[in-house]
Amino acid sequence: MENAVQQINNLSIGFTSKKGEQISILKNITTNIKKGETVGIVGESGSGKSTLALAMMGYVKQGLYTISGECLFHSNDLLRMKDKDLEDIRGRKIAMIPQNAGQSLTPNLKIGYQIDEALKLHTDLKIQDRNKKISELLNKVRLPSPEIMAQRYPHELSGGQQQRVAVAMALAGNPELLLLDEPTTGLDVTTQAHVLELLNFIAKDTGTSMVYVSHDLGAIAQVSDRVIVMYSGQIVLDGPVRRILKNPIHPYTSGLLKSIPKLTLPGLPKSMSGSQPQPGTITKGCSFYDRCELAEMNCSNNSPELEYVKNLNTSVRCFKHKELHEKIDKDENLVTSIENTILDKEMLGLSKVSISYAKKKFIDQLLNKESDDNPTVKDINLNISKGETLALVGESGSGKSTILKSIAGLLKAKEGNIKYENNKILPNELKLRDPNSLRAIQLIFQNPDESLNPNHTVEQIVSQPLKLYFGLQGEKLKDEIIKVLKKVRLGEFYLTRYPRQLSGGEKQRVAVARAFAAKPDVILCDEVTSALDVSVQAAVLNLLQELKKDFGTTYIFVSHDLAVVRAISDRVAVLYQGRLCEIGPSKNVYNFPSHPYTEVLLGAVLEPDPDIKPKLVAEDIVEEKPPEKGCSFQGRCPRKVGEICNSEVPPWQIGENGNAIRCHINIDELRNLQK
Amino acid sequence: MELQVEKPKSNLFKIYEIISTMASRPSGLIGLTILLFHVVLAVTSPLYAPHDFKAIDPSLMLLPPSSEYWFGTDSLGRDVFTRTILGGRTALTVTFFGSIIALLWGGALGIFCGLVGGRIDDVVMRIIDAFLSIPWILAMLLIVSLLGTSTIVLIPALGFFYGKGIVRVARAATHDVIAKDFIVSARARGHGNLSIIWNEILPNVRDAIMVEGAMRWSWMLLGFSSLSFLGFGVSPPTPDWGLMISNARGLMSFAYWAVLAPIVGLSSLIIGINLTADAFAKALGIDRSTKAPV
Ligand code: SF4
Ligand code: SF4
Repeated sequence: MENAVQQINNLSIGFTSKKGEQISILKNITTNIKKGETVGIVGESGSGKSTLALAMMGYVKQGLYTISGECLFHSNDLLRMKDKDLEDIRGRKIAMIPQNAGQSLTPNLKIGYQIDEALKLHTDLKIQDRNKKISELLNKVRLPSPEIMAQRYPHELSGGQQQRVAVAMALAGNPELLLLDEPTTGLDVTTQAHVLELLNFIAKDTGTSMVYVSHDLGAIAQVSDRVIVMYSGQIVLDGPVRRILKNPIHPYTSGLLKSIPKLTLPGLPKSMSGSQPQPGTITKGCSFYDRCELAEMNCSNNSPELEYVKNLNTSVRCFKHKELHEKIDKDENLVTSIENTILDKEMLGLSKVSISYAKKKFIDQLLNKESDDNPTVKDINLNISKGETLALVGESGSGKSTILKSIAGLLKAKEGNIKYENNKILPNELKLRDPNSLRAIQLIFQNPDESLNPNHTVEQIVSQPLKLYFGLQGEKLKDEIIKVLKKVRLGEFYLTRYPRQLSGGEKQRVAVARAFAAKPDVILCDEVTSALDVSVQAAVLNLLQELKKDFGTTYIFVSHDLAVVRAISDRVAVLYQGRLCEIGPSKNVYNFPSHPYTEVLLGAVLEPDPDIKPKLVAEDIVEEKPPEKGCSFQGRCPRKVGEICNSEVPPWQIGENGNAIRCHINIDELRNLQK
Repeated sequence: MELQVEKPKSNLFKIYEIISTMASRPSGLIGLTILLFHVVLAVTSPLYAPHDFKAIDPSLMLLPPSSEYWFGTDSLGRDVFTRTILGGRTALTVTFFGSIIALLWGGALGIFCGLVGGRIDDVVMRIIDAFLSIPWILAMLLIVSLLGTSTIVLIPALGFFYGKGIVRVARAATHDVIAKDFIVSARARGHGNLSIIWNEILPNVRDAIMVEGAMRWSWMLLGFSSLSFLGFGVSPPTPDWGLMISNARGLMSFAYWAVLAPIVGLSSLIIGINLTADAFAKALGIDRSTKAPV
């Protein structure tokens, strides 16, 4: 192809298993990247997308090798090039920005120096020109006051700023192709929106081709011109962004899109069953066969080829793509709205809770003085009714997980108290809590890889709470374990498995089973879906909702993902820097004029739709500490009214629709402002 | 979807698996063979030792190797072959039990320190460091001269001195797991410290501790033989390699056989244990180079 920067032909990469079989991670990839084009590569974990991105740099991970095919960069095969020649291309012509840019910067060297190094390596500029270029680059990635920035060390910058520096370094050699591997994963929502906007700007400004690898369809939608969908090492769909995201003609992609919770479509999304097959397990037929709703006999025996559909300008790997194209999804029930029976009985109440991480200074201890009058979390009042799902949202540093830990007794509240059921005050130390209240409150963690003991079988894991709280043993214990596993849709044969033998979704189910085994009244969910793949996330959310229906359990659901929260919660509390900003019924918080911070958060949500752009209202600076006095959001508030925000804590105002916000601006005036 | 059902493995099968993985590498196979040879020798040698190990006969002094006395005789006319095949018995037994003691107290204290952390951990580690900055051989000599050289004294004394490294490894391994959410989860459920140690921590640190223990074993063997060499280990006439080397070293220039045989015995056993421990570590998937340096 004429104007292709990179052309990949029939590329397969794999490894040889212990048994001597050749197993491919990438299977016959053929595609190209055109000049000035941004291509999004999307896939879930295990789809081979990162392996493909690395191959585009001429890099194959240890243990893997090229089975067949080529990866041409201006008609030079990167995979068969001498190391020396590759070095000339990497950094200069092809640059990569890794997921965690902060870790790829050298901690003890100043930013300016590190960019200078990159310039020395990749350009022939003289020293004066280089200094000018450093400022220019920092300017281009929109870091404020480049001269000062250049003198800083990486740790003095926020995550978003570090990511910008990484972009600046990558641009140092004026690359023709920029590879980005999950560049915004792990950043806060507002920061993420800013970085994506910057990348769009750079693509336009410099004409660099970009390859954007991510699992996040929302991010992909914002930056890509073209999207490649990967499944189990193959390209299953490849075409213009609107075609792929608005009317996908591959069942996997449409299923994936349906399983993402959206702000515009409140309710629990449909989940996809099963999980992506392990490399090497599919030998014949379509690799999506197990999970496909449209599958028929033909699919299990013959594997579909990647077929170019001319009138749609799209390549697709499915026998039934025509049918899919003709079928219109509109009348289908895409989401199930949640209906919780909320009883008029308080399950949990927090009053005036403050939590501080600061240790008391020795002198203060002697004088018996409170040392920290600016605690991490301050003045939290929350009441949760039986059967309700309350969500706590906010970015990192908002204190949402801290509050959860203190409810669980893992962190001591400095002030205030936590009440459980009819006004029984829970001791704030774990040791002092009675077994029954310990049982009543269970936790589910973010990452099941961390929260399940890798040396325990599923049986041992689920037996822990049963033995501890109910003293079960022998046959009775085993029966109960099987019963609990059944509730989370895991069969009996899982008993003897270790966590490493399970998929991500299965692991999280085990964690859910362990929590429910205690027959709890309240379950604290700490970012329970954020470590999971999108298609699995919906399944776990649906499971939690079903269990809630069966047992009437109360949930406190912590998440940074506003769309997930919208899908599952009855009420939302928005936190910034450990202070409550807004609280109210979900549908009101999301639909009516709201606190300026909520407005910022909602504006930054990335929808998997290229036509809905995020609104960038506030600066993406990160604050280390909550302000001493005044409104917690004063540092970033786009609607700040003046001195009063800095000096006085804003009062609570109750809107007519039931949500309470904490701001100096009158609630009716906010409505006018936000119209 | 087809399920890959894996049968639960019995403990015995797991041990078999580990050993066969160890033996699949040449170094592991050599190590295991040497170790096995020494153990078998130590257990069975009294059955076929050709001569009486304590029979002194001045007329047979320092005979070179012959068909009657395969490794020659020593300065008191005792058969070196007999004394060599018997000479590892005490060393092997004392150090084996010594290692187990080291493993127990080192592991327990290490896990404890890793779990409680903070000031208690600091203080305990300082005390151990201070205690063990005394050259161990001096301390051992002191203990032995006060309490005698019986195995009842030697085993715990050696076990104590060689447990320090295990404390460090156990503590480091505990630190690694302690921050994981499964420990937090157990705590939040209300499990006590003992249950957390036994159920959650131990299965995750056990491998590292055992590997360290195996490593310590070979060090302890060297230490024990040094004690014997200095005359504080095994008391004559019980045959022991350290003691034999010590007795025969003055005559090395004209009766090399009397010193060579015990040297080969001792060093082959140490090498055997070392290779085995290394293979053991690899079979368990522990990279010793990244563990706490000792
Ligand atoms: S080929 Fe068949 S199984 Fe594969 S995606 Fe298409 S319809 Fe589904
Ligand atoms: S009180 Fe002031 S700073 Fe705080 S949110 Fe309202 S306008 Fe913004």
